[in-house]
Order: sequence, then C-alpha cells, then structure tokens
Amino acid sequence: MNAAPILNPFSLFVASIFTSNILLANFLGMCSFISISKDMTSSNGLGMAVTVVLTITAALNWVILHHVLIPLQVEYLRFIVFIITIAAVVQVLEMVIDRVSQALYMSLGIFLPLITVNCAILGVSLFMEIRNYTFVQSAIYGLGSGLGWWLAIMALAAIRKKTEKSKISPGLQGPGITVITIGFMAMAFVGFSGMLAVQ
Amino acid sequence: MDINFAYFIAPVAVGGISAGLAALISVTDKIVNNYGDIKMDINNGKKEVVVKGGQPMLFGLAEKGIFVPSACGGRGSCGTCKVTVKSDVGPVMPTEIPWLTKDEIAAGVRISCQIKLKQDVAIEIPEELFYVQEYQATIERITRVTHDILEVSCKLPEGKEVTFTSGQYGQFEVPAYGKVKEKTMRAYSMSSPPSDKNRLEFLIRLVPGGIVTTYVHEHLKEGQKIRVVGPFGDFQVHDTGAQMICVAGGSGMAPFKSIFQDMIDKGTLNDREIWYFFGARTKKDVFYLDWLYKLDEEHENFHFIPALSEPQPEDDWDGPTGLITEVLDGYLKDTIDPEKEKEGYLCGSPGMLDACMKVMSDNGMESEKIYFDKFA
Repeated sequence: MNAAPILNPFSLFVASIFTSNILLANFLGMCSFISISKDMTSSNGLGMAVTVVLTITAALNWVILHHVLIPLQVEYLRFIVFIITIAAVVQVLEMVIDRVSQALYMSLGIFLPLITVNCAILGVSLFMEIRNYTFVQSAIYGLGSGLGWWLAIMALAAIRKKTEKSKISPGLQGPGITVITIGFMAMAFVGFSGMLAVQ
Repeated sequence: MDINFAYFIAPVAVGGISAGLAALISVTDKIVNNYGDIKMDINNGKKEVVVKGGQPMLFGLAEKGIFVPSACGGRGSCGTCKVTVKSDVGPVMPTEIPWLTKDEIAAGVRISCQIKLKQDVAIEIPEELFYVQEYQATIERITRVTHDILEVSCKLPEGKEVTFTSGQYGQFEVPAYGKVKEKTMRAYSMSSPPSDKNRLEFLIRLVPGGIVTTYVHEHLKEGQKIRVVGPFGDFQVHDTGAQMICVAGGSGMAPFKSIFQDMIDKGTLNDREIWYFFGARTKKDVFYLDWLYKLDEEHENFHFIPALSEPQPEDDWDGPTGLITEVLDGYLKDTIDPEKEKEGYLCGSPGMLDACMKVMSDNGMESEKIYFDKFA
C-alpha cells in the first residue's frame, strides 16, 4: 500500500474548495449543478445538503474501506459499497431534516434523495481511495469539496440571475449560456491550481 | 469436498455492511419518525379521530373508516384524494402542485396522500364521505351484456347495507395478477338501483391494456371476494321537473340504468319528460334493449333513442343511424319541445361528452345545467 501523501490539512482544505473544485476542475455533479442553479434558494439548500453528505460519506467510506474491505481483500466491491453507504446516509439525513426543519425539507424537495446519484459524492469517495488519504484528510477533503460545490453553485446561480436579464442571442439562451458561463468559471478556478494541490 | 471460503467473503461483506446501514436507517426511523398519536378534527368538530402519526393523511383517515376517494392508492399519481386543510401542515409539496388549481391552493385544498401526519390537524371533507364504507363483497353473478361489457353484481356481506344516490360510483379493487404487481382500484358507476341495499352492480367494459378491466374480463370468477369502496361522486338527477336529455355510450349506460330503475321504484318516472340517447357502433354494442323499449312503450314521457354509427347489414336496424351527436342535434332541433326547460345528463368517454356538450350548448341549453360523468 502506498503511503498517505503528506499534505498540510489546511492547504488540502483550501485546495479542494478553490483550485481543485470538484465541480469546476473535475466536472463532477454537473446535472444538478446546471438544473438547480436556476434558483438561489434551492442552490443554497442543495449546496448545504451536498456538503453534509459529502463530509459524512467520505469519512464513513474511509472507515469501511480501510477496516472492512481492505482487510477482507475485497476492495473491488468498493463501488457497490460506497453507493450503498451514500444511499443510506442520504436516507437518514432526509428523515432527520424532515423532522427537524420542515422548511428546509420543503425547499430541498426532490433534490435531497437525488443527492444519492450525484456523481460528485461518489467521486470524492473514489478520489479518497485513489489518493490514499488518511481518515482526517478524507474528512477534510469531503468537507472542502462540499463547500467548493456549494460555492460554485451559488456563484453560478448569482451569475444566471444576471444573465437572465441580459440580451443573449436566441440560440444561446438557457443551457447554452449556462455552459459557457461554467467554462469561464472553471478557467478562473483552475487558473490557480499550481499554487495548491490536493495530492 | 473442499469449500473455498474466499467465495463467501464478498457476499458476506456486502451483506454485513448493508445490514448495518439498514439497521441504522430503521433505528433512525423509529426515533425520528415517532410522532405519537395525532388528533384529526373533521368538519369543524363533526367528527374527531385519533390515529398514529407519521403516516399519510389518506391512510390515517381510511384506518378510521373515512374513505377519501383515491384511484391510485396513495401514490400521488391520480390527484383525487383532495381534502381541505384548515390547520397548518406546511407548504404545498411539489408532488401536489400538478393536481391543484390556483383557487384550490388558496382555499387550502391538499392531496391527502402526500401529507404526512405530524401534528394535530383540522380538515374539511364533503359530508357524504362519512357514508362511504368499505365492503368485502362477493361476486354474485357475472353476465356478458355485449361482446366487451360485463355486468358484475357484487353481494355485500351479511348485515351490511349501502346507501347511495343513483349516478354515484364505487371503487372496485382487483388483486395483483400477472405482470401487475400491486392491487389496483378503479371507479365504476353503480348500475343497480339504491333500493337494492345489499348489492352493488357495475358495468365494466374491456379497455385494451386496462389493468382492472382486463382482470375483470379474464380472471374474475363468481364467488370471489372483492374489496369495494363507495359511494362517491356528485353525478345525480336534479329534482327540477325540467326535461331530461340523457346521452350515454357503452358502459355509460350504468348510471342511467340505476337512475331509471330508481325512478320506477319511487314511481316518479312519469313526472318529467325523459329523452335517453344511447350511441353505439353496431347492434352488438347495444344492450338492455328489451327493457328500455318496454319503458319507452309503457311510459308516454320516456323516449329511448338508440343510434348506430356503423350499422351492419346483418343488424337489420331500422332505428336512427349516424353519430350520437348528429342524432341528438336532430332531435334537439326538430322533436324536443324547445320552449320547455332542459337539463343535460351525460355519461361516456371524454370525446363523446365534449362533442355532446357542444351540440347541447349550440342548441341553446345552459352549460351549467349540463351534468356529466366523464370516464377518465
């Protein structure tokens, strides 16, 4: 087994938010990113939910990977197991939110269960494995990626609010201009990737 | 024999992890979703029931014998289980919006299968839902009345009675069969008269691909037990004395059979002018002809006009031909007294109904006096 990379937890945290933003550097979790960013409130709620789920699942999957799958030499099951874990965490989270805050539950609506199939969540768990993160690094990377996702969707929602009122040629309205916007955002985020690295 | 235990590691690992997570979910469910008992106030204190919290309102009401109509069984896909909620149960859910109009949302109407009971609620439902009951009926007789319509007579359990108005409908539930994995309910108008208090009769036409109609036509046996819930609906005769212009097609015969039989039972059939138009394609699609012709003969004010749109040579048909709308139009223009007030009663497919309503309004009938029962 390769040794865990020596990384300053703080720089890993900042890198996962900005320079290696899971959305804009890895282009994961695009579907909900594009569809939800129409609306600021939903974006905020979904960003929050993704952050919580990412942090918990990255840590939980690290524990399962290193204490169950690797000792039993069944690492090849990680895809299935990671997804099961994610689905279960989302279920639990949904029940808790439903009970604790009806307003948040309503504003997240169908998007809460859909987090299960958000590829960013599985992506983080798989990166955690490929990059041999320690438990702490995994949790920090999960939290950072979640915050990065949240930041990116809020930024895009804000920009889309502006573009809604701008004059855009008919062929580019809607998804067209959104994807172009995402491209520019990605360039801005990735532009600093030399300064901080996630591995 | 050598058993390589390595083969078992993977399933056991996945199974163990899944079991652990499932346990976590069910423990959370037990703790988080325990809402205790919920008190439901119905129609401003008319009735009060206490049910277990955490379940959808529709099921909570059904548990206490209050059956809000539901065609899909609580999956939120039919939008019929509407109730008016007077207390705060949170904002309208996205799953409800397609079924509610702006006015309904403003009035507090909600889809009861989508509302989870979390705190005490106050709701309003139509008064007649209190009379809705659930019956484990026995199929007494299945009679084929045309090549695609069956008359299904259900006997209610001993000691149970039903009170309904002619024109109302009941919900008929068939069990899972073949590729259909869930028991399914569909609404059918009662064709039996209200005087028959321990029997419900339905006319069920085979709809190609229909879940319930296919079951009824291919699997239902006499003597079988079937769950029936009812009565529902507000299609009924309005007691005004105006001329009744009734139009039906296919199994749309059902409410009219009940209505006319009810009038005979009450002795009111002679009280008003009744025109009953029945549209069919060929002679093999018309039924109850003997009974209706007899009524036509015996009662001066009762007129039965069956019309065939595609009469076959072997039908030997000398009655009116053409689409029912054309026949209706002709009668409204030439035969039916234009001076006397008229009320329209329609039962049939949406296409036929819309066409007939247009003919009626074109002939000067007021659209608010045209009552209908549309098959969805």
